[in-house]
Amino acid sequence: MQKAVIQLETLSCPSCLQKIENAVKGINGIDQNSLKVLFNASKVKVNFDSEAVAINNIEKAIEDLGYPVVKSKVKSA
Amino acid sequence: MQKFILSKKNFITLISAILIALGFLGRFGLENNLLFNGSLIIASILGVAPIAIQAYQALKVKVVSIDVLVTIAVIGAVLIQNYEESAIVTFLFLFGSYLEQRTLNKTRSAIKELTELAPENAIKQMENGEFEEIDVDAVEEDDILLVKTGAKVPVDGTLLTGEGHINEASITGESVPVSKKVDSAVFAGTILENGTIQIRADRIGEDTTFVRIIELVEEAQDSKSEAERFIDRFSKYYTPAVLILGFIVWLFSKNIELAITILVLGCPGALVIGVPVSNVAGIGNGARNGVLLKGSEVINDFSRVNTIVFDKTGTLTVGNPEVAEKEVYGNNNEEVLGYLASVERESDHPLAKAVLQDIGKTSFYTVEETEVVKGGGIVAKIGDHRIAVGNVALMKKENVELSEKAKKDVERFEKNGNSLVLTAIDSELKVLMGIRDQIRPGVKKDLQHLKKLGVKNLVVLSGDNQGTVDLVAQELGLTEAHGHMLPEGKSAYIEKMQAEGQIIAFVGDGVNDSPSLALADIGIAMESGTDVAIETSDVVLMNSDFSRLPHALGLTKSTSNNMKQNIIIAVGVVLILLASLLFSEWMNMSIGMLVHELSILVVIINGMRLLRYRLKRA
Repeated sequence: MQKAVIQLETLSCPSCLQKIENAVKGINGIDQNSLKVLFNASKVKVNFDSEAVAINNIEKAIEDLGYPVVKSKVKSA
Repeated sequence: MQKFILSKKNFITLISAILIALGFLGRFGLENNLLFNGSLIIASILGVAPIAIQAYQALKVKVVSIDVLVTIAVIGAVLIQNYEESAIVTFLFLFGSYLEQRTLNKTRSAIKELTELAPENAIKQMENGEFEEIDVDAVEEDDILLVKTGAKVPVDGTLLTGEGHINEASITGESVPVSKKVDSAVFAGTILENGTIQIRADRIGEDTTFVRIIELVEEAQDSKSEAERFIDRFSKYYTPAVLILGFIVWLFSKNIELAITILVLGCPGALVIGVPVSNVAGIGNGARNGVLLKGSEVINDFSRVNTIVFDKTGTLTVGNPEVAEKEVYGNNNEEVLGYLASVERESDHPLAKAVLQDIGKTSFYTVEETEVVKGGGIVAKIGDHRIAVGNVALMKKENVELSEKAKKDVERFEKNGNSLVLTAIDSELKVLMGIRDQIRPGVKKDLQHLKKLGVKNLVVLSGDNQGTVDLVAQELGLTEAHGHMLPEGKSAYIEKMQAEGQIIAFVGDGVNDSPSLALADIGIAMESGTDVAIETSDVVLMNSDFSRLPHALGLTKSTSNNMKQNIIIAVGVVLILLASLLFSEWMNMSIGMLVHELSILVVIINGMRLLRYRLKRA
């Protein structure tokens, strides 16, 4: 399991959270229980299985919703 | 294409404002209806594009968001050829979200400023002895690092050479620079104001105090209270429900105008954003003032506290006790003091330190069979002698007879507010020492502040004798004082108070009092060695600064009120809007959207007030 912390551009609508949550949850290889979308910090924290999914796929799922990723950090959990 | 449109949202907002102005000029100035309709249609289409894209993305992941409601409403308005409404609603929605983003950034500014203090570079001594600049992530433990004037300390470490003054505001909230010499501990994120120093890296990356504080604050600002989780669940079903309601109204009345107006009026805007905004501004204010609040649940609990229980030593007092009075019984003074010092050397109890300090230079003996008697003292063997050092209870247990004079001395010492250390050799009392601890400067005023803020009971619990505790309580104006308390006794007392319905904050030392800290509704550990304090406390007072306590309490009260105000504003607005739709003529989509956006701005600005919160001087 890898642990990702993804910094997004400032989130301003709370309904963004729901969108991002649902989008990331839909990806294979994600640990759904670990998923946290932080509104004020504008961050996504999630554990994922690096063999099933790459960090780029997660980033892309979020960016496709229209929320640019500023940077992401991955480390082993 | 989608991304392009979204990234030009602000520009689109501006254009649609111009088009709307042009349209109205066309109608009322030039009386040209073609220009009027033309520009408003363009404004509508242009304006709805980014909203519709967001709505589509939301639906793709099965979320009915506000964007969905607004998009349908705008399309409906265009269909019934009400271009005025469609244009103005899209403009207001876009402009509103622009303002939201701007003001939200303000509410988050305090915490952002803090995170921006994170060090990025370090100057490391390489193998050839030269110093080179490297990324802070590349620093390893035990690296030798150079810090120059004006630079940030990159990691937690120990000062090796040089000296200087360091501004530790980033971790203590206190901006008066602290003098640092060889062997001083230095912390990541603090700023060297003068001097040049070399340090050894002790803790790096995520283990540094600074990073842990930031993580804590970041988690805290997004932690959710029960009420918020309820609002979240509620809004998940609320928006689809509004959509269905609009649809039903249309089915039965065939009135598109009415149906789409319901969609706009039903937007949940201020409700979802109100509480997080208060939360982040309150926690941000705290972080800037040396008070870390661990989340909105803590804010709610602390704001309701009516009883604060304090530990005495190290909390209300400086925690640096000194021998104030002394009585010696019998002869052989030198030898007795030597025995006493040798036994006390085994202990790290604050009273033992005071005793050692008082005795000073003496000859030490080999101590055997040391046994610590909990809540009593120490018993040990030196040669053939049995040495007992501790309080009156220990003496009783050891069957030490106290002479009439000794009994009177004990009484007198206690009345003067001393903690007692009695020394008996082979069950015979030899020395009586009275040890006193100074009250922290300023504590009295802080306690008065807490009372003014509505705390009814200020209680001190201590392992010390009742006389000492009473004296402290009297001097500080506490409402209750209990001595002779073991850690279990303290937690039992807290349980009892809680059963009586009191909401309790416990302020004490993080090691001995951990049961009480855990049991109390709010636990606050006073510990200069930050680690324990950060982990065990619900409210962390940076640098164990007691004077932050009133600010912390006042801030949580204001923050909690602020959240309630925001919920009332948000719910009130939706109710008034829906009611006026039913009972009045003037309500329409544009006014509804305007009121909505205004209510969102009102809750954000209301939240922002917390950033400026300061305790009124008593």
